[in-house]
Amino acid sequence: MTTVWVYAEVGADGRPEPTALELLTKARSLGDAVAAVALGPGARAAAPALGEHGAQTVYASEDPVFAEFLAEPAAHVLAGLIAEHRPNLLLFAATYDSREVAGRLQARLGATLMANATDLPAPDRAVTQIFGGTRVVEVALGGPDPKLVVVRPKSFAAEPSGGTADVVEVAADVPEGLRRARRVERHEERAAGPKLEEARVVVAGGRGLGDEANFDLLRQLADAIGNAAVGASRAVVDAGWVPYALQIGQTGKTVKPDVYIAVGISGAIQHRVGMKEAKRIVAVNKDADAPIFEIADLGVVGDALTVVPALIEEVRRHRG
Amino acid sequence: MKIVVLVKAVPNPTGTPEIGEGFRLKREGVELALDPGDEYGVELGLQLAEQTGGEVTYVSMGPAGATAAVRRALSMGGDRAVLVTDPALAGADALATARVLAAAVGRQPFDLVIAGAESTDGYTGTLPMAVAELLGVASASFARRVELRDGAIRLERQTADGYDVVECPLPAVLTVTAGVASPRYPTLKGIMQAKQKPFEQLTVADLGLSAEEVAATQTVERVDAAPERGRGELVQDAGDGAARIAEFLAEAKVI
Ligand SMILES: Cc1cc2nc3c(=O)[nH]c(=O)nc-3n(C[C@H](O)[C@H](O)[C@H](O)COP(=O)(O)OP(=O)(O)OC[C@H]3O[C@@H](n4cnc5c(N)ncnc54)[C@H](O)[C@@H]3O)c2cc1C
Ligand SMILES: Nc1ncnc2c1ncn2[C@@H]1O[C@H](COP(=O)(O)O)[C@@H](O)[C@H]1O
Repeated sequence: MTTVWVYAEVGADGRPEPTALELLTKARSLGDAVAAVALGPGARAAAPALGEHGAQTVYASEDPVFAEFLAEPAAHVLAGLIAEHRPNLLLFAATYDSREVAGRLQARLGATLMANATDLPAPDRAVTQIFGGTRVVEVALGGPDPKLVVVRPKSFAAEPSGGTADVVEVAADVPEGLRRARRVERHEERAAGPKLEEARVVVAGGRGLGDEANFDLLRQLADAIGNAAVGASRAVVDAGWVPYALQIGQTGKTVKPDVYIAVGISGAIQHRVGMKEAKRIVAVNKDADAPIFEIADLGVVGDALTVVPALIEEVRRHRG
Repeated sequence: MKIVVLVKAVPNPTGTPEIGEGFRLKREGVELALDPGDEYGVELGLQLAEQTGGEVTYVSMGPAGATAAVRRALSMGGDRAVLVTDPALAGADALATARVLAAAVGRQPFDLVIAGAESTDGYTGTLPMAVAELLGVASASFARRVELRDGAIRLERQTADGYDVVECPLPAVLTVTAGVASPRYPTLKGIMQAKQKPFEQLTVADLGLSAEEVAATQTVERVDAAPERGRGELVQDAGDGAARIAEFLAEAKVI
């Protein structure tokens, strides 16, 4: 029997993160027994949704210690649960919080850890993409169970299976000595409108926009389209035009919208990793040899500062 | 304050990487450079050392050819460097690397270990947390602003939608993102001085680790070209580019 666990991040409102549902969907095809571990406020309320996506068991704790302190309480409690139930595979999403927990857990268990996975052909095998997604590498995972695999968001589509989960209460027996790095404030820097990861259309801008003020054109375009979010290349994030939360690519977010519109973005491999799975790609760049055109379904060679304002007008006209 | 900065030598990012025998990244004859992502950690380490009258030690694991990359950090500033290099580490995975780095860091007392959030070639982003766990100290990752306050670290930690403010006691392991500090350029004087600074090379045995502890737990089975996404239509904007895009969006039913 193969037991697969998913470390499920949940919001305090009881909504599981989309990545938790993606991973559970995949876990169903890898194991006979599938469980989720949800730690922190909202865990219990999230159990029905986790069950619906394949968790037969949800190990849950509502204790605020898991939200207040980084990684150590979660790694400690996970290590205890693993010693008791011995899963074969534990999946994490490649998010800020989960990566911290996975790294600590690996060291505790002496287990193998595969980061940046994009697929799992078997419970002891993972696939990752290297060199900006130009090569696919399949890796056999050795060493003691559980194997730890950190999966990039959006690698699998979440599909409900209609199951229900038994909730098993987990004791938050976290020693004082593991309550160290403490979150004291939370800040949102998100623009209004749909989330970047969930929008049907992503309008992304790069250095070719020239300066920060021109970036506002993309916001206007996204508004005109509706259900669209604005993203950015790392070059403009590093330049401080927009917050890091907008970055798309290897070290930023992965998006898979229906349409991705790249404006003034050269299309470096590290950027492509985060967007090449979009259903359709449109690119505007003044350089006909820009690498982004190699993957664009529609490429327009032109100046962003004339094409984008005209496009805003066209879209407004179309939508009446 | 005693500061350790983890620095990694990576294949020069301008070249096209190649895969060699045993599916390993070809490193022979490939120039190694200091990971650009690590320069932010170096700069932060130097600034904190300057503020507190402290010292900076660089710790790295890599092939013998990594010396020049580590020396680049020394030419920016800092006091000494340790490079763990051993043929037994040729195929080291994240666990082995974490064990080696933790052992090398733990040889001396320290207050703060700084690492990059993700390396340019490996980008697992989990390794420094494994090091923290092995050292038994606190940690926080993805810091974009760091300050010392009352003997602890106060930092802004990146999140998906913004940032958290985190207070972290010392000793600790921190990972930093671009923007935490602007890396200085090595001066000619710095480059000359770097040649005189203590530079230790250690093997796995020097660290008291066994061959099993650094044996790889992963084997690459195959490497394939990723399916290519075809090139589509390319049009020159002659005043009609925007109309063409609008048509495309309408066909895709998003407007
Ligand atoms: C380890 C590592 C991780 C990285 N991670 C990421 C990541 O997550 N995301 C990411 O995006 N990048 C990442 N990068 C950086 C990446 O390599 C590129 O440097 C970056 O994507 C370039 O951004 P850009 O396309 O906006 O800028 P540039 O490469 O400078 O391109 C600007 C483009 O705009 C065009 N242009 C100029 N003027 C106009 C105009 N008026 N109208 C239309 N077009 C115009 C130019 O022809 C050019 O193609 C990473 C790099 C490394 C080493
Ligand atoms: N071999 C190494 N030697 C020294 N530091 C390393 C090594 N590998 C990783 N690091 C540090 O850990 C950070 C994250 O690396 P990674 O987990 O590979 O993404 C890097 O930015 C370095 O600071």
